[in-house]
Amino acid sequence: MKNKIILITLLLFFSFCLIVLFKGLNNSNEYIPENTYQTLKEFKLKDLYSDNEISSDKIFVNSDYYILNIWASWCGPCRKEHPKLMELSKKTSVKFIGINYRDNPKNAKNFINKFGNPYSFIFVDMNGIISIELGAYGVPETFIINKDKKIIKKFIGFLDDKSFNEINSILK
Amino acid sequence: MKILKLFLIIIIIFNFTKINSAENNNDLVNKISKNIRCLICQGQSIYDSQSDFSISMKLLIKKKLEEGLNEKEIYDFLKDKYGQWISYNPEFNKKTFILWILPILLFIIGGAILFNKLFVKKY
Repeated sequence: MKNKIILITLLLFFSFCLIVLFKGLNNSNEYIPENTYQTLKEFKLKDLYSDNEISSDKIFVNSDYYILNIWASWCGPCRKEHPKLMELSKKTSVKFIGINYRDNPKNAKNFINKFGNPYSFIFVDMNGIISIELGAYGVPETFIINKDKKIIKKFIGFLDDKSFNEINSILK
Repeated sequence: MKILKLFLIIIIIFNFTKINSAENNNDLVNKISKNIRCLICQGQSIYDSQSDFSISMKLLIKKKLEEGLNEKEIYDFLKDKYGQWISYNPEFNKKTFILWILPILLFIIGGAILFNKLFVKKY
């Protein structure tokens, strides 16, 4: 009787572990802390084209929504998502701002010339510090920011169809 | 001549202090980096990794130290941005208590089973 109880307890315990691990397999690897959804703090970076240092407070103005996209010319997924950014940039309710992450400015400009420019302004984050301060994991990464400069959504990695539709529904 | 000697001594002391402080900062950057997980690598700390993420993260830690933040404030800043997962030494709180308690619990249960098998006489 005693052995049976031990056996059943062990079986229940291992079944529980198996269910927890199995459910975990279906969870997304992307973890976005709740603290991400805060008001964007001011940062200063150089402009890709003029090389002048500019405050973000001067750029994040006069729009209902801002899309802040961190990208680099050396990043494959950035190329993949670029047509989607071009399409989204046609919307009048949104201002596109780019952060060029750890890139060669010449290559970044070539990338824009070749694939089109969805951005109304491009910051250059040469050492990647500002991107990390924003909570970025790497490139590409996209933040949707409202007119009060509050981050309302963050997309890690390239924008797939699901993310694209989600952004479209936010920007309606 | 005496003034010149005094001037040289002051310069040497000043530079030595500066070098010493930079070395301390580098040691602290290394210490913190060893406890911070590279979120885009497999099982590596940012100290071990040469990914862009890790390089930027190390530069950020250095910048924060130069701004006057202490070790705890830097960990808090990174946890705020990336969650508890970023640290190899998560805090004990309501979200992590199972992580801390389960091994101890399993150790006690295992020990009790072993003790029961080895030392308790069965009649």
